[in-house]
Amino acid sequence: MSLVNLHQVHKYYGDHHVLKGIDLVIKAGEVVSIIGKSGSGKSTLLRCINGLEQYQEGGITVDGKEVTTEDIQVRRLALSVGMIFQNFNLFPHMTVGENVMLAPTIVLKKSKAEAEATARAMLEKVGLAEKFDSYPEKLSGGQQQRVAIARALAMSPKVLLCDEITSALDPELVGEVLKVLEQLAKEGITLVLVTHEMNFARDVGSRVVFMHQGKVWEQGDPKTVLSNPQTDELKQFMGAVL
Amino acid sequence: MLYFSDLLQYSDVFFSGLKTTVELTVLTTILGVALGTVCATVRQYGNRASQHVVSVYVELIRNTPFIVQLFFIFFGLPAIGMMLSPWQASMIALTINLGAYSTEIIRAGLASISKGQVEAAKVLGLNFRQTLTRVIFIPAFEKIYPALTSQCIIVMLGSAVISQISVQDLTYAANLVQSRNFRAFESYLVTALLYLGLSILLRFAFNALGKRLFAYRTSN
Repeated sequence: MSLVNLHQVHKYYGDHHVLKGIDLVIKAGEVVSIIGKSGSGKSTLLRCINGLEQYQEGGITVDGKEVTTEDIQVRRLALSVGMIFQNFNLFPHMTVGENVMLAPTIVLKKSKAEAEATARAMLEKVGLAEKFDSYPEKLSGGQQQRVAIARALAMSPKVLLCDEITSALDPELVGEVLKVLEQLAKEGITLVLVTHEMNFARDVGSRVVFMHQGKVWEQGDPKTVLSNPQTDELKQFMGAVL
Repeated sequence: MLYFSDLLQYSDVFFSGLKTTVELTVLTTILGVALGTVCATVRQYGNRASQHVVSVYVELIRNTPFIVQLFFIFFGLPAIGMMLSPWQASMIALTINLGAYSTEIIRAGLASISKGQVEAAKVLGLNFRQTLTRVIFIPAFEKIYPALTSQCIIVMLGSAVISQISVQDLTYAANLVQSRNFRAFESYLVTALLYLGLSILLRFAFNALGKRLFAYRTSN
């Protein structure tokens, strides 16, 4: 069944037409990689799905609920849509454990013991159980991003949005983050990633969406799409990234 | 010849003056920073109209002399039926003054918090109030803490002016003593040293508080 549903979504920044009628249906358990040149609208699309950006026309639903930027709606949405950012955005004044426990305690109103148990389990999952009491600035970029993943998972989202989450990392740290994502994909969590990691998109992803000039230009099974691009634009893009 | 021993018989005058200055400083620091925090939040995140109101307040206070603000509150307000005791007038004037300066300082701290922090809180489901108190305030205050503590000390030193409306603070004590025994040199020197000691003490207190609040900077 479809979890995320975009229907003819248009988005403008002033006169700039960023998204030009996006239709996209994402089913539960899918791992969708959105690729494309910078400025093609990938991140904007992702940010529309969880209400961080407003869209002007069309409709988006997540788990049957309509997405708007209305504050209360964004918060309700946060319960089913998790997001991870390029720059981690961990809270610097909280320990790793506190970062992961914050939303479960004050949004879901879990008890401290319960939230701590969840936090420890999630940190275990990303391989950072021993960093519970460390502060983010003491961690490497890759570790920080894994904490950010644990923080998002602690809210048990139905879908996890990843906005270029390995782009700010040193090359040798990319692998550890992708490994966590791969593990999550195996467990069946729905992932929507804006990414430049073509190998990940091909080997782990269940679908690739190529965006160009604010439109879904080409999409389908990763192996087919990436090895046999149909449009000139995707051919050109593949040539540039490989 | 200098006669510091002549001051000894007035030690309780100095002591009660010191006490008044300390009391007013503690109270106005707390109230002034609280006022500044509210105004800075409005100025940074509020709607147009409320931002405007705060701007007018801040500019009004920052561009007029403190003594005029104090005289206006103490001598001027009774004309519209607001009678205040010297102590009350001083308390209000000092709070409003620190409030305006700290608004600008704290706003700089709020502005330094990246949009990403706010978005991260938002996508975790925190509402705006929770985002402010849990995510924004501590790192924001950490950034501007030295500037803010300096401003608090400036206001404490500036409070000497309230002796002009006969609040019996430390400066009032110095004036009183030297008018009785004509030992101006000794009296003002001792007073200056007492203010210096107070500044140093205040700085220590702020540093200790800062270490607690911003523990994450120094730990592990």
